Amino acid sequence: MLTEFYFTLRKHGLKTSITEYLTLLEALERGVIWGSIDDFYQLSRVMLVKDERYFDRFDRAFAEYIDKVSEVDVAEQIPEDWLNNPLMRELSEQDKQKLNQLGGLDELMKAFKERLKEQQSRHQGGNKWIGTGGTSPFGAYGYHPNGIRIGQDGNRNRSAAKVWDKRQFRDLDEDAALEQRSYQLALRSLRQFARAGAQTELDLDETIRATSKKGGLLDLQWQAERHNAVNVLLLLDIGGSMDDHIYQVEQLFTALKGEFHNLERFYFHNCVYEGVWHDNARRRSSFVSTESLIKRFGEDYRLIIVGDATMGPYEIAFSGGSVEHWNEEPGKVWLERLLARFERAVWLNPQAQQHWKYYPSIHLIKEIMSNRMETLTLAGIQQAIEHLR
Amino acid sequence: MSFKSTERYIVSDGLSQAVNAAVTLEKPLLLKGEPGTGKTRLAMELAETLEAPFLQWNIKSTTKAQQGLYEYDAVSRLRDSQLGSEKVHDISNYIKPGKLWQAFTADKRPVLLIDEIDKADIEFPNDLLQELDQMAFHVYETGEQVEAKQRPIVIITSNNEKTLPDAFLRRCFFHYIQFPDETTLSEIVHVHYPNLQPRLLDEALAVFFGVRSISGLKKKPSTSELLDWIRLLLTEDISPEQLAEYRERPSMLPLAGALLKHEQDIELIERASRAY
Repeated sequence: MLTEFYFTLRKHGLKTSITEYLTLLEALERGVIWGSIDDFYQLSRVMLVKDERYFDRFDRAFAEYIDKVSEVDVAEQIPEDWLNNPLMRELSEQDKQKLNQLGGLDELMKAFKERLKEQQSRHQGGNKWIGTGGTSPFGAYGYHPNGIRIGQDGNRNRSAAKVWDKRQFRDLDEDAALEQRSYQLALRSLRQFARAGAQTELDLDETIRATSKKGGLLDLQWQAERHNAVNVLLLLDIGGSMDDHIYQVEQLFTALKGEFHNLERFYFHNCVYEGVWHDNARRRSSFVSTESLIKRFGEDYRLIIVGDATMGPYEIAFSGGSVEHWNEEPGKVWLERLLARFERAVWLNPQAQQHWKYYPSIHLIKEIMSNRMETLTLAGIQQAIEHLR
Repeated sequence: MSFKSTERYIVSDGLSQAVNAAVTLEKPLLLKGEPGTGKTRLAMELAETLEAPFLQWNIKSTTKAQQGLYEYDAVSRLRDSQLGSEKVHDISNYIKPGKLWQAFTADKRPVLLIDEIDKADIEFPNDLLQELDQMAFHVYETGEQVEAKQRPIVIITSNNEKTLPDAFLRRCFFHYIQFPDETTLSEIVHVHYPNLQPRLLDEALAVFFGVRSISGLKKKPSTSELLDWIRLLLTEDISPEQLAEYRERPSMLPLAGALLKHEQDIELIERASRAY
């Protein structure tokens, strides 16, 4: 029966492995929990789900599985008198007369059992199947005067259902397609190790060589630690239409920060002009001129521009085209100056590629970048690394 | 064995069950959750409850997996060779056991806390797979095989700065510590300040949850900030009436600096209160 639980989880897109499932079985065998669905819920989640973003999927899968299980239980295990007695007590004389319309209580119970067997899945509404909210005589929260109530208040699943029916982790469920880890793994291929900075590591080989040169008199040699020596200049478009892509850009930024120690980040809006800013909260006061970027950072810096390039074409091509201020020179000129300095450059666009063709501005930028524009996806980043190498 | 709330530390049922399962099945337990929800404290309290030795390995961005096993001090050995010390002939004099080694060879089953594993390089967790799985490793310099006398109880915490590799996650149990609800939180406060006036506690919690519910905060105040704030409320002699008045007509939040750590956040709640 638990195998079905495992497959229900997989069906809901959880990447639970067989080893993890076996651990759960082992835990059950060793009696870590006993006879409580609440406990089983907690325990299986601890063992089978390793990321809080998947908790919501797990909750849904669990609800589906438990519903199925409890229906099976009901069909096979409800003792007749257990249902009969309280039912007879609750019925008024009027009800009993109506009951006879359906052929008496025995008939009703028989029909009930048959339908339970026919029915395979959870059901809501309608007028035949057993479920909730319908007008069939069987089920919960229904309106049939001589219905049989199943799984309403006081049911043994009820207390447990509270936990997963709340679905408190709904907000965390994100499509795992854009994992920061996979970004990071992709960026690793851009690593170039070099020893730079303070010499803190003992260079054993060199020490042995130097020591033997001095006839055994110890001569320690040191070297700097290995670091990723690639420098990155990151320019981020912020505000306006970029608001829709904040999550993706944040993921990229975290991945970049983890990988490159020399990461310089600046913001711009829509297109790069004569100035960018360092801190978006203080964009007026932390202004940095684009000219100084070109002077300050060496040509070995890799330039990554992230933006959706969605704007009026005049914002790129003409003086005074900026929507925010009067720009003396068009954005195109500034972009070209940056590209002249930083030969290895790429533009990452969070817009889906199939929408690109609808925006003339994207074409313009792509042309200026001499086609080095990629989508902000894993595949796009892998492509982008080719341009940056 | 069962781990329950102690006099100083309140655990939810789910967490206590996760800990019990991890201890029984000898698997590492990975804990995630908002900062300040007591991830690190849990390991300490667990060690206390079990009366087990407690080992803490703090991970930094430069930490290597090897450092948890052992380090070979080549410099001392070279120095000793110059001084003609007898020690120099035995290489094991220069092998310094790391936290994992100490945990493996402890006399009593210890609790090993690997704190903030996500701070390290992206490959760090993978480098520990074998050691955590087999609870054994090899010392190349001496040819020695170090095996765990008993499998230590391993608690790992993460702040979600980097995603952890799947292979590593598969070997761990996982629990996400949620921010406590009002009842649990008042229990927690009670544990720390048993003599707190109930009215002050109610008012403080109401204000606290009010602040947490403001959207756009850079860092939501957490349990540890609440505890600090209450201590300040007590020393500054702020009365429940003053807090109630703040909730009625929000003006300056008393001692906001204890709850909010970002300048922008303080500005934000000031703006929010002016909007009333």
